[in-house]
Amino acid sequence: MTSSKLYNAIFAAGIALILACLMIGVKLDTDSSVLAVKGATAEQWIWIAVGISVVFLSQLFSAQVDALFGAIPKPNFKAVLPQEKKMAVLKPWLISAVIVGMLIWPFMVSRGTVDLATLTLIYIMLGLGLNIVVGLAGLLDLGFVAFYAVGAYTYALLSQYFGMSFWACLPISAGLAALFGFLLGFPVLRLRGDYLAIVTLGFGEIIRILLNNWTSLTGGPNGISGIDKPTLFGLEFNRRAKEEGAMTFHEYFDMDYSSSYKVIFLYLIAVLLVICVIYLINRLMRMPIGRAWEALREDEIACRSLGLNRTAIKLSAFTLGASTAGFAGCFFAARQGFISPESFIFIESAIILAIVVLGGMGSQMGIIFAAIIMTILPELAREFSEYRMLLFGLLMVVMMRWRPEGLVPIKRPNLELKQQ
Amino acid sequence: MSQLLLDVNGLTMRFGGLVAVNGVNLKVKNRQIVSVIGPNGAGKTTVFNCLSGFYIPTEGSVMLKNQQIAGLKDYQISRKGLVRTFQHVRLFQKMTVIENMLVAQHRHLNTNLFSGLLKTPNYRRLEKDAMEHAAHWLKEVRLLDYANREAGNLSYGQQRRLEIARCMVTQPELLMLDEPAAGLNPNETKELDELIISLRDEHEISILLIEHDMSLVMGISDHIYVIAQGTPLADGNAEQIKGNPDVIKAYLGEE
Amino acid sequence: MSEFSLYLLQQLINGLTIGSTYALIAIGYTMVYGIIGMINFAHGEIYMIGSYVTFIVIAGLLGMGIVSLPIILVIALVVAMFIASTYGWTVERVAYRPLRGSNRLIPLISAIGMSIFLQNFVVLAQGSRDVALPPQIIGGWNFGDPSTFEVSLSYMQVLIFAVTFISMTLLTLFISRSRMGRACRACSEDLGMTNLLGIDTNKIIALTFIVGAALAAIAGLLLGLYYGVVNPFVGFIAGLKAFTAAVLGGIGSIPGAVLGGLILGVTEAMTSAFFPSEYKDVVSFGLLVMILLFRPSGLLGKPEVEKV
Repeated sequence: MTSSKLYNAIFAAGIALILACLMIGVKLDTDSSVLAVKGATAEQWIWIAVGISVVFLSQLFSAQVDALFGAIPKPNFKAVLPQEKKMAVLKPWLISAVIVGMLIWPFMVSRGTVDLATLTLIYIMLGLGLNIVVGLAGLLDLGFVAFYAVGAYTYALLSQYFGMSFWACLPISAGLAALFGFLLGFPVLRLRGDYLAIVTLGFGEIIRILLNNWTSLTGGPNGISGIDKPTLFGLEFNRRAKEEGAMTFHEYFDMDYSSSYKVIFLYLIAVLLVICVIYLINRLMRMPIGRAWEALREDEIACRSLGLNRTAIKLSAFTLGASTAGFAGCFFAARQGFISPESFIFIESAIILAIVVLGGMGSQMGIIFAAIIMTILPELAREFSEYRMLLFGLLMVVMMRWRPEGLVPIKRPNLELKQQ
Repeated sequence: MSQLLLDVNGLTMRFGGLVAVNGVNLKVKNRQIVSVIGPNGAGKTTVFNCLSGFYIPTEGSVMLKNQQIAGLKDYQISRKGLVRTFQHVRLFQKMTVIENMLVAQHRHLNTNLFSGLLKTPNYRRLEKDAMEHAAHWLKEVRLLDYANREAGNLSYGQQRRLEIARCMVTQPELLMLDEPAAGLNPNETKELDELIISLRDEHEISILLIEHDMSLVMGISDHIYVIAQGTPLADGNAEQIKGNPDVIKAYLGEE
Repeated sequence: MSEFSLYLLQQLINGLTIGSTYALIAIGYTMVYGIIGMINFAHGEIYMIGSYVTFIVIAGLLGMGIVSLPIILVIALVVAMFIASTYGWTVERVAYRPLRGSNRLIPLISAIGMSIFLQNFVVLAQGSRDVALPPQIIGGWNFGDPSTFEVSLSYMQVLIFAVTFISMTLLTLFISRSRMGRACRACSEDLGMTNLLGIDTNKIIALTFIVGAALAAIAGLLLGLYYGVVNPFVGFIAGLKAFTAAVLGGIGSIPGAVLGGLILGVTEAMTSAFFPSEYKDVVSFGLLVMILLFRPSGLLGKPEVEKV
């Protein structure tokens, strides 16, 4: 044990002590309207001691610790999946199998599980949408939740004031969100990366503040409730038909009412929407615009010198990403039946960003995977819900250090020149 | 008297108090190879940056086919037929060679969202044409066999050729090459020589080139401009420049 | 003076007060950005931690029976600066230093993660509800006409001005006169070159974070006393506002950060004078967007020239 290692370890432990003590070691408490300082409980002191020892030991044995982490294999999906040629043949079968599975599965599990799956699908949609902006075009958008909100409130308001159906509002929500994306993007897309991030963050906050305070339009902090659920060709999924003369689903098929029908129906809609989004993105990546996004991400100056208008290209990515969020927002409002500005805070943008980053910017499979993890883990680890956000932040930092390219690095769909 | 392809007068570029380019004049005719030489730091790349629109020149006029382009943005100038390469090759490293060539043809393709999503006949035809056009140029620079390789995996000489091919596929009228021979061995330089001449003779474009390699410059240039410290020093053909005492004084000695 | 102008004067005073604290926090952003070209997303949380430490120390000392206010404040200041600096140093060491050199997005995402982590760390450690401290510095001067409108300048506000002014002066002296300060300036001009000249740039960068954190702690103390309340979420908005101020004044320029902070503070005060106060945040962000659109280098910054 070299003395410098020991010195480092003591130093690190000292820092940890300072950091921990004054924040966890003492607690501010209002003791009958007088602010007092309470010492931590014995249990907390033990945790602090454990934490400091961990820091001390990991610094002391830092070489061994590094070796240990280095030995953890980075997940290598290439080794798991079959070879490329076989993949090409297998792929259509795999995809069909997955789709069929997804359609059958909800009838076999509990309602709560299906509901969770629907939530996951929403996050998949959001992640894929943000992926266009961050992963494919390389623009850091921290206010993505604003477009989500636009989509949600569009449906809520149109349904409330004009009685428009969910299906009619879907394209409108997407379109309106796209418009907001265009209006925001147009002035700010030429800004440098970090500035763009902050401006989009600010924009997200502005939207939230406006939603919160424009009570006459948006209902303010109380939000909008009683939003209609989607119908299947006019068949409602409620116990009793809301409108005069309308039929409910269970009446039409002469079945008993079960709330499962509603939940499964919503799930199936979500699956449909996600499939549309995936198809759309796959096509885009093989079109000139997708190539332009990638080229722009690689070398903006070269793009400009070749006649590419970078603002227009960035704007297209931004707008498309925004419209996807609008799509998801409309569905979100329909599923919840009630929305309020509380659902559209910055943390949501951060979560969606985390999904994109975790999954591997640009990689659709990775993002689907990451969305599933991000939605399901908190459900599984209910007892740790207090620590959820803490671990979330930690996860982001750790991922950037360990594997910034994400869990499933993108496998580019290369355009091949077929030789004659 | 052939009409001027490029007519630059009084080009000046100031960065705050620093005058990087001071009253440079250039004339390039159709089907001409014109070289710009000068000691390091003379401002030659800055001239290129002004001409190509990367910088907006502080003063001066730049006429491309009798159209004023000074003040236009770089992508606008590129669309008018003036393209350039860079001192340090700027390829899309992670994209394949053929994809690099396709990106360059972006504005010739159908970029309409719905056409692409629905794969309309027009969209498919334009993509096919772009592929063929790209293949044609890759054959010209002898990179056709590398079409599906990642651009970053090519050798330096190959990357340079790809950069030139990528420029050519945009159907330019004036090609500006910034030190194309830097880092090439004598064999590759000779091939570059032949390529530039064929671009002028067979493909009928003009070339404006910045170079330090004197054998290349003296060998192929129809006209040479000498710039020192941002200011024009002399211009003429190879013989005139070689014998010019000012030029010799400024720096000549690299052979 | 008319009632209206008295009212405006009051808003001006309030605005300058808040603006001074924005300036203190903004300096941290601008120094870090000037040197490593990165937005320290977690900076706002450092300010929040400074506030909390202040409350803890004050409550603790009061609980121990110490009554001398100046002593309490000085001890609180020193401890808060020390703790906040430690946090600042640690954040740099753990979340930013290992990622230097990768593309812009990665350190930024790490910074966001750090910010979320710190915020929730405090939530777990101290609870997410507001923590209130009884006002410590009470009273002030009033002038104007009691029958129409009285302008009040509280002692707390004077303290804020004074402390901010002293801090700025000390910082400026440090940057311009001391050896370390010179090294800081060299690093923000050209980090690579400074490194090649043999200066330990890692130390300088760490110092930048520490100084920024210390200033943020001062702001935390001042604002904590001024508002009398703190919760773990104040760092987020304050951070955004301070960043706006830094950009407004010209990112990388310390006088710019001060100017930006003051302007932002006054603008906010004037807005909340005439519009519902929730909208003052909208104005701040709107100001940010305007500046970035029309003069991205800020009021005192130098326009950057791209090189090819």
